[in-house]
Amino acid sequence: MKKAFPILAVLTLPLLGYAFYEAMFVAPADQMQGEVYRIIYYHVPSAWTAFIFFFINFVASIVYLIRRNPKADAVAVAGAEVGVVFCTVVLVTGPLWARPVWGIWWTWDIRLTSTLVLWLIYVSYLILRRFTHGDQMPVLASALAVFGALDMPLVYFSIWFFRTQHPQPVIGGGGSIDPRMLHVWLLNWAAFFCYGMLIFWASYRLENLKRELEETQSLESMLETPRFR
Amino acid sequence: MSSSTSITRATLAKDIRLEWRSKDAINSMLFFALLVVVIFSFSFDPIAEESRHIAGGLIWVAFLFAAVVALNQTWARELRNSVLDAYRVSPAPANALFLAKALGNFIFVCVLETLMAPLFTVFYNLRPLGPAWQLVPVAILGTWALVVNGTFFAAISIHTRSREVMLPLLLFPITIPALLAMVQATNAILTGQDSARFWIVLLLTYDVVFTIACLLLFETVMYAE
Amino acid sequence: MKYLYAAYAATWIIHISYLSILAARYRRLKREMRALETKP
Repeated sequence: MKKAFPILAVLTLPLLGYAFYEAMFVAPADQMQGEVYRIIYYHVPSAWTAFIFFFINFVASIVYLIRRNPKADAVAVAGAEVGVVFCTVVLVTGPLWARPVWGIWWTWDIRLTSTLVLWLIYVSYLILRRFTHGDQMPVLASALAVFGALDMPLVYFSIWFFRTQHPQPVIGGGGSIDPRMLHVWLLNWAAFFCYGMLIFWASYRLENLKRELEETQSLESMLETPRFR
Repeated sequence: MSSSTSITRATLAKDIRLEWRSKDAINSMLFFALLVVVIFSFSFDPIAEESRHIAGGLIWVAFLFAAVVALNQTWARELRNSVLDAYRVSPAPANALFLAKALGNFIFVCVLETLMAPLFTVFYNLRPLGPAWQLVPVAILGTWALVVNGTFFAAISIHTRSREVMLPLLLFPITIPALLAMVQATNAILTGQDSARFWIVLLLTYDVVFTIACLLLFETVMYAE
Repeated sequence: MKYLYAAYAATWIIHISYLSILAARYRRLKREMRALETKP
């Protein structure tokens, strides 16, 4: 497993570079939006990657609740962190695309709003982890993660109905996709997914390291405490 | 009568009795909600015709903030008197305690809503143009949505630093679909322009999903330290 | 268009910020591990 990390790192960098090159220069310019539409080559793959890592967090949280395996908890927190990073990218690039295309920074459309709620839920998850003391923190965090995951279909559904009643411009909107664009999309998604796995792996290893360190530290302090006089 | 129901009943009766004597939670909730109503009416002119469109949002924000006041003190008494430790070593099912607490909060917030409803009608000159009776299921389902998750997250935030901040921080994002439904349903009924039926069904779904989730996970959370 | 550059730049700034958070975490862990090892 340890050998996989540097191999992946070496693969990811040129893949990212190549995907960027394709996004900027190879993909054809959009008829209506011109060059600025190229933002979606970063915006949409980041969204897909964020969803994948939030799903990893959900599965790891359930595994932790059932088995109480600390490695599952490390997977959960790493997945949440990487998901939040990619979700932030989505929320920043979205308005930067909307402004020149639609003339507005933000709209409460289905996709942006549900992404914002997703971001809020997982940031609250990370804040809960930071603010909870005690070794039962992973249990509480996993419970919250399950709640968050249960919530997301309801979030999406409620905003969808809200938007069918009060339609607004849709960011990341429809229209047919030029097959050449799809190819660049998938390429960028593959590149970002590999990059995501890299930082996920790093975060996971760091979390395990931290746990080992804390165990050793508490053992040390236990041994140092004078028990009998 | 099973032990669960009798525990729930006993705990609920105790909480209501204590609250009736002190009226702590109700008074602070009432005053808070009143303040929110008055401050909002400075920002939005409630007399104007458009007020019917935004009244739903204002009402539910006021109730939400007031509910947080109630939820924050849910477990305070239990913590002070080490009741939770005693409960953990007893064979009593944890769900009975949770249900009692959630029902207690539900009753307190419903009392608040009943007291505030005439006030809202007066301050904002509300006259529902749609089927007014639908406001009752909206209020019941909406309040339960806030209270069931709120009681659960209040139990989680016991273990955190800055307890009072943690509860709304955790509660608000998760409650967004329910809040959207409550506000849209209230607006639909007040303006009479759309049907509130979808929102009521959504609230029912939300309530069912999260009541089950809370009942399944509360034991785990309560036994955490 | 400048929005395009801003979007790509923002993406990488966000990723690099997270990488530096991970790096700082690693440095702190290494420091504490060294402190444990040098204890008598």
